[in-house]
Amino acid sequence: MSETVEKIEQQIRENPILIYMKGTPQLPQCGFSAQTVQALMACGERFAFVNVLDNPDIRAELPKVGNWPTFPQLWVEGELVGGCDIVVEMYQNGELETLIKDAAARANAGEEQRDS
Amino acid sequence: MSIQARIEDKLQSLDPDYLSVENESHMHNVPADSETHFKVTLVSERFSGLMPVKRHQQIYAALADELAGPVHALALHLYTPEEWQARGANRPDSPHCRGGGAAS
Repeated sequence: MSETVEKIEQQIRENPILIYMKGTPQLPQCGFSAQTVQALMACGERFAFVNVLDNPDIRAELPKVGNWPTFPQLWVEGELVGGCDIVVEMYQNGELETLIKDAAARANAGEEQRDS
Repeated sequence: MSIQARIEDKLQSLDPDYLSVENESHMHNVPADSETHFKVTLVSERFSGLMPVKRHQQIYAALADELAGPVHALALHLYTPEEWQARGANRPDSPHCRGGGAAS
Protein backbone atom coordinates (compact mmCIF):
# COMPACT_ATOMS: atom_id res chain seq x y z
CA MET A 1 0.00 0.00 0.00
CA SER A 2 1.35 3.41 -0.88
CA GLU A 3 2.31 5.93 1.77
CA THR A 4 -0.35 8.29 0.51
CA VAL A 5 -3.11 5.74 0.87
CA GLU A 6 -1.93 5.01 4.43
CA LYS A 7 -1.98 8.73 5.19
CA ILE A 8 -5.52 9.05 3.80
CA GLU A 9 -6.77 6.07 5.77
CA GLN A 10 -5.24 7.50 8.92
CA GLN A 11 -6.93 10.86 8.32
CA ILE A 12 -10.29 9.18 7.78
CA ARG A 13 -9.83 7.03 10.89
CA GLU A 14 -8.70 9.81 13.19
CA ASN A 15 -11.08 12.61 12.17
CA PRO A 16 -14.74 11.83 12.80
CA ILE A 17 -15.81 14.77 10.61
CA LEU A 18 -13.47 15.36 7.69
CA ILE A 19 -13.85 17.20 4.42
CA TYR A 20 -11.48 16.95 1.46
CA MET A 21 -11.94 20.12 -0.52
CA LYS A 22 -10.38 22.54 -2.97
CA GLY A 23 -9.18 25.52 -0.97
CA THR A 24 -9.94 26.16 2.69
CA PRO A 25 -13.22 26.72 4.55
CA GLN A 26 -12.37 30.44 4.66
CA LEU A 27 -11.30 30.58 1.02
CA PRO A 28 -12.78 27.78 -1.06
CA GLN A 29 -11.33 27.51 -4.57
CA CYS A 30 -14.27 25.80 -6.20
CA GLY A 31 -18.00 26.44 -6.15
CA PHE A 32 -18.80 22.86 -5.20
CA SER A 33 -16.36 22.91 -2.29
CA ALA A 34 -17.73 26.30 -1.21
CA GLN A 35 -21.33 25.08 -1.04
CA THR A 36 -20.39 21.88 0.75
CA VAL A 37 -18.20 23.47 3.42
CA GLN A 38 -20.80 26.17 3.97
CA ALA A 39 -23.42 23.51 4.73
CA LEU A 40 -20.97 21.76 7.02
CA MET A 41 -20.07 24.95 8.90
CA ALA A 42 -23.76 25.73 9.34
CA CYS A 43 -24.04 22.56 11.44
CA GLY A 44 -21.91 24.31 14.07
CA GLU A 45 -19.49 21.52 14.95
CA ARG A 46 -15.73 21.30 14.75
CA PHE A 47 -14.42 19.47 11.71
CA ALA A 48 -11.13 18.73 9.98
CA PHE A 49 -10.33 19.67 6.41
CA VAL A 50 -7.69 18.78 3.85
CA ASN A 51 -7.02 21.15 0.96
CA VAL A 52 -6.38 18.80 -1.98
CA LEU A 53 -4.92 21.64 -4.05
CA ASP A 54 -2.04 21.75 -1.54
CA ASN A 55 -1.79 17.95 -1.48
CA PRO A 56 -1.55 16.65 -5.04
CA ASP A 57 -0.71 13.14 -3.79
CA ILE A 58 -3.97 12.96 -1.84
CA ARG A 59 -5.86 14.50 -4.76
CA ALA A 60 -4.57 11.70 -6.98
CA GLU A 61 -5.09 8.78 -4.59
CA LEU A 62 -8.27 9.58 -2.65
CA PRO A 63 -10.64 8.93 -5.57
CA LYS A 64 -9.48 5.30 -5.57
CA VAL A 65 -9.81 4.91 -1.80
CA GLY A 66 -13.41 6.07 -1.73
CA ASN A 67 -14.43 4.92 -5.20
CA TRP A 68 -15.41 8.54 -5.72
CA PRO A 69 -13.77 10.53 -8.51
CA THR A 70 -14.44 14.17 -7.58
CA PHE A 71 -14.04 16.73 -4.80
CA PRO A 72 -15.26 17.76 -2.31
CA GLN A 73 -15.76 14.61 -0.26
CA LEU A 74 -17.28 14.57 3.20
CA TRP A 75 -16.29 11.66 5.45
CA VAL A 76 -18.06 11.08 8.77
CA GLU A 77 -16.92 8.38 11.20
CA GLY A 78 -14.97 6.60 8.51
CA GLU A 79 -17.78 6.56 5.95
CA LEU A 80 -18.05 8.57 2.79
CA VAL A 81 -21.19 10.69 3.03
CA GLY A 82 -20.84 12.17 -0.44
CA GLY A 83 -19.94 15.22 -2.45
CA CYS A 84 -21.62 18.56 -2.98
CA ASP A 85 -24.93 17.32 -4.37
CA ILE A 86 -25.56 14.84 -1.57
CA VAL A 87 -24.33 17.07 1.27
CA VAL A 88 -26.34 20.11 0.16
CA GLU A 89 -29.47 18.04 -0.27
CA MET A 90 -28.97 16.47 3.18
CA TYR A 91 -28.44 19.92 4.65
CA GLN A 92 -31.66 21.19 3.13
CA ASN A 93 -33.73 18.33 4.49
CA GLY A 94 -32.10 18.47 7.94
CA GLU A 95 -30.31 15.11 7.76
CA LEU A 96 -26.85 16.63 7.66
CA GLU A 97 -27.17 18.50 10.94
CA THR A 98 -28.39 15.34 12.70
CA LEU A 99 -25.54 13.30 11.26
CA ILE A 100 -22.88 15.87 12.15
CA LYS A 101 -24.23 16.60 15.64
CA ASP A 102 -24.45 12.89 16.45
CA ALA A 103 -20.92 12.26 15.20
CA ALA A 104 -19.58 15.22 17.19
CA ALA A 105 -21.39 14.07 20.34
CA ARG A 106 -19.94 10.57 20.02
CA ALA A 107 -16.46 11.96 19.39
CA ASN A 108 -16.65 14.24 22.44
CA ALA A 109 -17.91 11.40 24.64
CA GLY A 110 -14.97 9.28 23.48
CA GLU A 111 -12.49 12.03 24.31
CA GLU A 112 -13.93 12.56 27.77
CA GLN A 113 -13.61 8.88 28.48
CA ARG A 114 -10.00 8.89 27.42
CA ASP A 115 -9.30 11.98 29.53
CA SER A 116 -10.73 10.57 32.76
CA MET B 1 -19.16 11.89 -30.86
CA SER B 2 -19.22 14.75 -28.35
CA ILE B 3 -18.52 13.91 -24.73
CA GLN B 4 -22.03 15.02 -23.88
CA ALA B 5 -23.47 12.52 -26.37
CA ARG B 6 -21.19 9.80 -25.03
CA ILE B 7 -22.41 10.43 -21.48
CA GLU B 8 -26.03 10.30 -22.65
CA ASP B 9 -25.31 7.10 -24.49
CA LYS B 10 -23.59 5.33 -21.60
CA LEU B 11 -26.21 6.31 -19.05
CA GLN B 12 -28.87 4.47 -21.01
CA SER B 13 -27.50 1.41 -19.19
CA LEU B 14 -29.34 2.62 -16.06
CA ASP B 15 -32.77 2.43 -17.72
CA PRO B 16 -33.61 6.08 -17.14
CA ASP B 17 -37.22 7.24 -17.02
CA TYR B 18 -35.78 10.71 -17.44
CA LEU B 19 -32.25 11.75 -18.36
CA SER B 20 -30.80 15.19 -18.86
CA VAL B 21 -27.12 15.90 -19.44
CA GLU B 22 -26.25 19.60 -19.32
CA ASN B 23 -22.89 21.04 -20.28
CA GLU B 24 -22.12 23.61 -17.58
CA SER B 25 -18.53 24.20 -18.64
CA HIS B 26 -19.29 27.81 -19.55
CA MET B 27 -19.80 28.49 -15.81
CA HIS B 28 -16.17 27.62 -15.12
CA ASN B 29 -12.61 28.69 -15.68
CA VAL B 30 -12.09 26.81 -18.98
CA PRO B 31 -11.84 27.73 -22.69
CA ALA B 32 -15.03 28.38 -24.68
CA ASP B 33 -16.86 25.28 -25.99
CA SER B 34 -15.19 23.04 -23.41
CA GLU B 35 -16.74 19.77 -22.31
CA THR B 36 -15.40 19.56 -18.78
CA HIS B 37 -18.25 20.32 -16.37
CA PHE B 38 -21.55 18.47 -16.64
CA LYS B 39 -24.75 18.13 -14.72
CA VAL B 40 -26.67 14.89 -14.96
CA THR B 41 -30.24 14.50 -13.79
CA LEU B 42 -31.34 10.89 -13.99
CA VAL B 43 -34.54 9.27 -12.80
CA SER B 44 -34.56 5.50 -12.60
CA GLU B 45 -36.28 2.69 -10.73
CA ARG B 46 -32.75 1.27 -10.26
CA PHE B 47 -32.15 3.78 -7.45
CA SER B 48 -34.95 2.40 -5.28
CA GLY B 49 -33.66 1.47 -1.85
CA LEU B 50 -30.15 2.80 -2.56
CA MET B 51 -28.46 5.44 -0.40
CA PRO B 52 -27.20 8.52 -2.28
CA VAL B 53 -23.55 7.40 -2.22
CA LYS B 54 -24.44 4.09 -3.88
CA ARG B 55 -26.47 5.86 -6.56
CA HIS B 56 -23.60 8.19 -7.40
CA GLN B 57 -21.16 5.28 -7.50
CA GLN B 58 -23.29 3.58 -10.16
CA ILE B 59 -22.94 6.64 -12.36
CA TYR B 60 -19.22 6.92 -11.66
CA ALA B 61 -18.78 3.29 -12.69
CA ALA B 62 -20.66 3.84 -15.96
CA LEU B 63 -18.64 6.97 -16.74
CA ALA B 64 -15.24 5.85 -15.42
CA ASP B 65 -13.47 6.53 -18.74
CA GLU B 66 -14.89 10.02 -19.09
CA LEU B 67 -14.06 10.90 -15.47
CA ALA B 68 -10.52 9.59 -15.84
CA GLY B 69 -10.13 11.76 -18.94
CA PRO B 70 -11.86 14.92 -20.10
CA VAL B 71 -14.61 15.31 -17.50
CA HIS B 72 -13.54 17.44 -14.57
CA ALA B 73 -16.81 17.96 -12.68
CA LEU B 74 -20.01 15.98 -12.65
CA ALA B 75 -22.99 17.23 -10.67
CA LEU B 76 -25.43 14.40 -10.08
CA HIS B 77 -29.09 14.59 -9.22
CA LEU B 78 -30.39 11.04 -9.02
CA TYR B 79 -33.93 10.14 -8.12
CA THR B 80 -36.38 7.29 -8.15
CA PRO B 81 -39.55 8.00 -10.15
CA GLU B 82 -41.45 8.56 -6.86
CA GLU B 83 -38.87 11.04 -5.54
CA TRP B 84 -38.79 12.86 -8.85
CA GLN B 85 -42.55 13.24 -8.85
CA ALA B 86 -42.54 14.38 -5.21
CA ARG B 87 -40.10 17.19 -6.00
CA GLY B 88 -42.15 18.35 -8.96
CA ALA B 89 -39.61 17.21 -11.59
CA ASN B 90 -37.12 19.86 -10.51
CA ARG B 91 -33.34 19.61 -10.15
CA PRO B 92 -31.18 22.04 -8.15
CA ASP B 93 -28.87 24.59 -9.73
CA SER B 94 -25.09 24.10 -9.71
CA PRO B 95 -22.75 26.61 -8.09
CA HIS B 96 -20.55 28.95 -10.06
CA CYS B 97 -16.81 28.52 -10.21
CA ARG B 98 -14.43 30.05 -7.65
CA GLY B 99 -11.47 29.95 -9.99
CA GLY B 100 -9.33 27.21 -8.40
CA GLY B 101 -8.08 24.00 -9.94
CA ALA B 102 -8.81 24.87 -13.55
CA ALA B 103 -9.02 21.81 -15.75
CA SER B 104 -5.57 20.96 -16.99
